[in-house]
Amino acid sequence: MEKHEIKGFIAARVAKELKDGDVVNLGIGLPTMIPNYLPEDVSVILQSENGIIGTNPNSDDLNPMYVVDAGGQPTAANIGGSFIDSSVSFGLIRGGHVDCTILGALEVDQEGNLANWIIPGKKVPGMGGAMDLVVGAKKVIVAMEHTARGNAKILKKCRLPLTALQCIDMIVTEMGVMEVREEGLTLTEYNPEFTVEQIQEATEAVLIIAPDLKKMI
Amino acid sequence: MAKFITVEQAADLIPDGAVVMFGGFMGCGNAHKIIEVLAQKGTKDLTVISNDAAMMNGPDGSEFYGLAKLVHNKQIKKLIATHVGLNPEVAEQMNNGTMEVTLIPQGSLVEMIRAGGAGLGGVLTPTGLGTIVQDADHVHSVVEIDGRKYLLERPLRADFAVVCGYKIDRAGNIWYKGTTRNFSQMMATAADIVIAEADHVVECGEIEPENVVTSGILVDYVVNGGES
Repeated sequence: MEKHEIKGFIAARVAKELKDGDVVNLGIGLPTMIPNYLPEDVSVILQSENGIIGTNPNSDDLNPMYVVDAGGQPTAANIGGSFIDSSVSFGLIRGGHVDCTILGALEVDQEGNLANWIIPGKKVPGMGGAMDLVVGAKKVIVAMEHTARGNAKILKKCRLPLTALQCIDMIVTEMGVMEVREEGLTLTEYNPEFTVEQIQEATEAVLIIAPDLKKMI
Repeated sequence: MAKFITVEQAADLIPDGAVVMFGGFMGCGNAHKIIEVLAQKGTKDLTVISNDAAMMNGPDGSEFYGLAKLVHNKQIKKLIATHVGLNPEVAEQMNNGTMEVTLIPQGSLVEMIRAGGAGLGGVLTPTGLGTIVQDADHVHSVVEIDGRKYLLERPLRADFAVVCGYKIDRAGNIWYKGTTRNFSQMMATAADIVIAEADHVVECGEIEPENVVTSGILVDYVVNGGES
C-alpha cells in the first residue's frame, strides 16, 4: 500500500463499524475522514464536544466567528441538530449517550489502555475532551497507523501517561483489525498485503489470532 | 440588575492578579472587545480559567485570536485549561517557567465550575481514574461508591467571569449564538462578578423568556460590544 493511501484505507474500514443513527464523536485528523466512507444508507449524527449535536462541516453556511468544531475549525449544525453548552455536552459523553468515539493514539496496549495526550517534556497539548470521551462512549475505536517511524505503537504496556485505563474496544490500522477481549488483544482481520507474522512483528503486544480470522475490507 | 458600562470600565474592574474565567472555545465565544482592552492595558499576573488559550490566528484574519493576546503579552501567570495545543506560546512560557499551567479534563473542568456556581461540594467523575490527573491538586480523593471508583474533583470559582453573548437585553439576559455558549453558561454562575460583552444589545422581550440561556440575575455588568 502506498503511504498516501493508508489513512483512507483505515477510515474506510472504521466506517463499517458505524450503524445508521449512531451518535459518533470523531477525533481530529484521520477520524474526520470516516464519514466520507459511509455507505449511502448509513447516516450518523456527529457530536462535537464543544457543543454541537449533528455537525455538518460540509455546509455552505459557515460562520466561524460563531460556530466551530472541537478542533476550532469552521462547521455548522445540521437541520435537526442542536447547540448545547459544555456541561450538557460532557453529560452526554460521560452518560453513555454517545455510541462510538474514534480517535488516534500515541500508544495503546494489549490491556486496552490508551495514551494519546502528552509526551512529557516534549509535547503537552492537554487532554481536552479525550479522557471523558474514552471513559463515557459506548464503543472506543482507535484508528491509527500501525507503527510510528518503524517503532511499535501497540505495546504490551503503555509507557506514556495514560488517557484512560482499559478503555479501548477496537484498534484499526493499515495492517489489521484488533479487538480487546478478555483473553487478550485479538487479531480479527488482516490486510492480505501482510502476513500474520509480519503483523505480529510490527506489534510489541502479543496478538491472539482469532479462530475465524478474516481478510480486511 | 445588570449595569451597562463601557469596555474600558469593564477592563478597569479587573485588577492585576485577579482570577478570571473566560468563556470561549479556541477563541470562539471569547469576549473579544474586553480582551482587546485588557491586552492594551496590560493587566498582569492573571489566573485564567478557560477551556484553552485560543489560537494564533482567528477566522476574522486577526493575529493572536481572543485569549491568545493575553498569552502573547505574558499577562497570564497561571492558566487552568483543558487543551493548549493550538497556541504554541503557552508551551514556550510553560517551559521557561513564566506561566504555570494546570490541565484538567474538559468534562471535569466544566462540572467543577458548575459545582462552584451551584453550591455543590464537589464532583464525582470516573474521568481521569488511574491517570496522572488523579494526583493533581484539584482532585480531593478517590471515592468508592457502590463498588465503582470516582475522582472527587473540587469545585472551582473565580473573582470574575467574562463571557460574550450574541444578544443581551436591558435586564442582562443572554442568548448565545452557535457554539459560543460552551463554558460561558456555567462560568456565569461561578464568579463573584460577571461581565458580559454583547454583540447586540436588545430591548427586554426580544429574547423570549424560554430562550434566555443565562439569566440577567447572574450578570453584574454588560458591555455593548458593537453593532446594536
